[in-house]
Amino acid sequence: MEGLKETRQPNGFSRRSFIQGVSVGSGAAGALLATPEAEAAGGDVVGPGAVSMTLRINGRNHSLEAEPRVTLLDALRDRLDMTGAKKVCDRATCGACTVMVDGQAVYACTMLAIEAEGREIRTIESLSANDPVPRNFVKHDAQQCGFCTPGFVMACQSFLENNPNPSQADVEAGLSGNICRCGTYVGVRLAALDAAKEVKGGRRRGY
Amino acid sequence: MATKYDWPSAADRSVIGRSVSRLDGAEKATGRAKYAYDRNPEGLLVGRLVTSPHANARITRIDASGAERMKGVRGVVLIKDIGDEVQWTGAEIAAIAADTEEIARDAVRTFKVEYEVLSHLVKEEDVEKAGNRVVPGQENTEGDPAKALQEADVTHEGYYGAATITHCCMEPHGNTVHWKGEKDITVWASTQAVGRIGADLAKNLAADPSLPKVSPSDIRVITPVMGGGFGSKFNIDSWGVAAAKLSRMTGRPVKIMLDRDEELQMAGARPSYFGNVKAGAKKDGTLTVFDVESWATSGVGRGGNPALPYVIEPPNQRVRHVNVATNTGPARAWRAPRHPQCAVITHCALTDLAHKLDMDPVDFFKKNADLTARPDVYRTEIDKAAELIDWKEKYHKPGEGSGHVRRGLGLSIHTWGGRPHDSQCRVVIEPDGAASAEIGSQDIGTGTLTVIAMVLAETLGLPVSRVNVKMGDSSLPPSGASGGSTTVGGVSSSTRRAAVNALEKLKEKVAGDLGASSADEIEAKDGYLRLKENPKKRIAWTAACRKLSTETISEMGNQPDRDGGKLADSGVGGVQMADVSVDMETGIVTMNKMVAVQDCGLIIDLKLAESQVYGSLIMGICSALWEERVYDQMSGVYLNADMEFYKLAGIGDIGELVVHMMTGVYDDRGVIGLGEPPAISPMAAISNAVFNAIGARVPTVPVTPDKVLAALEKKGGMA
Repeated sequence: MEGLKETRQPNGFSRRSFIQGVSVGSGAAGALLATPEAEAAGGDVVGPGAVSMTLRINGRNHSLEAEPRVTLLDALRDRLDMTGAKKVCDRATCGACTVMVDGQAVYACTMLAIEAEGREIRTIESLSANDPVPRNFVKHDAQQCGFCTPGFVMACQSFLENNPNPSQADVEAGLSGNICRCGTYVGVRLAALDAAKEVKGGRRRGY
Repeated sequence: MATKYDWPSAADRSVIGRSVSRLDGAEKATGRAKYAYDRNPEGLLVGRLVTSPHANARITRIDASGAERMKGVRGVVLIKDIGDEVQWTGAEIAAIAADTEEIARDAVRTFKVEYEVLSHLVKEEDVEKAGNRVVPGQENTEGDPAKALQEADVTHEGYYGAATITHCCMEPHGNTVHWKGEKDITVWASTQAVGRIGADLAKNLAADPSLPKVSPSDIRVITPVMGGGFGSKFNIDSWGVAAAKLSRMTGRPVKIMLDRDEELQMAGARPSYFGNVKAGAKKDGTLTVFDVESWATSGVGRGGNPALPYVIEPPNQRVRHVNVATNTGPARAWRAPRHPQCAVITHCALTDLAHKLDMDPVDFFKKNADLTARPDVYRTEIDKAAELIDWKEKYHKPGEGSGHVRRGLGLSIHTWGGRPHDSQCRVVIEPDGAASAEIGSQDIGTGTLTVIAMVLAETLGLPVSRVNVKMGDSSLPPSGASGGSTTVGGVSSSTRRAAVNALEKLKEKVAGDLGASSADEIEAKDGYLRLKENPKKRIAWTAACRKLSTETISEMGNQPDRDGGKLADSGVGGVQMADVSVDMETGIVTMNKMVAVQDCGLIIDLKLAESQVYGSLIMGICSALWEERVYDQMSGVYLNADMEFYKLAGIGDIGELVVHMMTGVYDDRGVIGLGEPPAISPMAAISNAVFNAIGARVPTVPVTPDKVLAALEKKGGMA
């Protein structure tokens, strides 16, 4: 919440109610219905025009202007040119947009950018070729076209930080939120199990 | 006759055939690789499409004024006009470019189109109901099928089929296009055909007389990486043309990538195939006749002819095929077009026939390998696959078993060409020792970049880390489109030729120093140029290159279309076996294990070759068990054009996969494409394994739980 500059506008959206609307799967309709209630409850109303916001990504602050309806994924890709997270299903199904927020894997296509303010966002850009997860993805050829790969790598990174010493069954459950079309799961399985020997829980970089 | 370009013998290879990690792997795995979707050039506009909500309709009115007036909207182009027909939901009507994606989406909502709605047909499973939508196709008779069916000791009749699936590329179709000057267009394309997109775009733009004339050479296509195509990304498509027009109109770069529902609705489908089969055999299992009435849909288009019967060709056969014109997204090539569906119709029918003969399918298929083009290949591969899946131990007669979870085995065989496409490569050797291959091909995820580097390194006697590859750019020497498993043969051959030619020039430079009377006496090995007869007489690669002084060696290699000489060939066989468990109470099928035994001639990179086969098995498991395009006849709408209900396998759904490449056996044939063949058999093998488990045939794939329960009910329950 800190640092969020909010612009109250006539007929604006409430961030809280919009998110509530999304969470029950009814999208904008839910948000519109919920707005008066949020107003009555003293909810923070922003937009619908562009608002400025600051996102803390990979340990650095990034300021941008975007409408409240802009997702974290679109903010990363379209506003900040951080294109590692991919847009594939745009509906929280495939995992290609996976980033970490406060240490947990999140579908960036289904979190609003303003919702991510004040939280620690970690993207694929924080990893280098020498880090255990990407290195083992390369070693085991856990990628073909590579479009799902950054999301898979981030899902794997988050999973291993939160689940040291996983079994193959753990890996399959932990990475079940990501889909690959080329069919690289055999490599992903091996990469995750090998990387697990090196990623030993905790936040390796402090974010 | 041997030529100087031939591959080195197995003993002389130091790079080819090894398992090398893909060279652009780190860039992809760390999110640095830039796809068409990731291009954000200065001043970028984002385009969205207006699409049809109707399956069949004529456009009566278009009102773009609301969209055009919107703040932030920079351009609108029509793809269809008043009076035009749209023939499937999702058909593209207009494109709108705006400052942001959000504005473009708002503008699409204000764009008004009115239609005269026409009647539609979106389902083809029941060909009897298709009426005048049935378009005659192939009719072919060999021998005397009617007589052969009468004379057969055992006959079988059955209905089989495979539903339509969509490509569902992870990176949707689309381009980022910048039309900078009259004759200066850059297209960052998500394509399998860097060398074709320019000509396709130029042709499409020429249809609009208001635009300046551009030729293909005015258009630069850049595709260092692309997010999956599987046969669906060869053309610029209407949205690419629209992006170019919008860029011309605004002077700014324009990106149009399809939404997920658009991607599934209009950017590629693999046709369904269904067939009523009659087959007959002698008592000893010899297949004598195969008769099929088949039908398929490719959307409103005509569609191709089936590959029936598949691989096994009895002397008596009849094929009567029709296409059903449906108001569904148009078909595009999909990994091994027609083969996977026709493998289901043929090999499921033949497995059922084997059951009537009381024969183990392994024995039946081995016996009838004589009716294939490669009897020995198939027999060897069936034996190998049977060993790897423990067929002898685990096989039982169909339906034998007890308990509510039943296990079963099934098999299928396949073939594919995989000839080399036309390809030109330039190899450049510089005085500082740098060596590069320049080739206007593309790496669609198969590892083409790595293969080119390995061929170059092998030929120059260098490690892979010391050579460079420039590709994915239409300004480089032209190379064919990546379809039909033609790339690996094409680029391996052109790179080998160019590298041999360039090396010859370097050998000539150092011949004097080494005391050689001709370049022929010199070989490149382990980072040295050295005398073949006296390897101790040698000069290091960098020292040799320094002899070039200010000169740069630049030599071409040309692989003509099809004829690969000894470098590349066409035609492979493969065998796959599946081991599944079926829950008799829920109808859920679980993969235990799958085995693929595959030949593809000389393998350049074993790791990447195996990846192709693993990927094929997984894609095949998807279409065998879950994947299906579902239309609703009442509304004409594609119901599952998303990734929630268009079901693909996850990492926990695939079981154990075993890939056995027939390395070393067929090396002398040269390089043969591998992308298609292993993608053919999974559906038939898995369907056959389900039949073996439950003793009832689920006639069509995907083998979903409802169909399993229906088949069990028809058979008379669990017993």
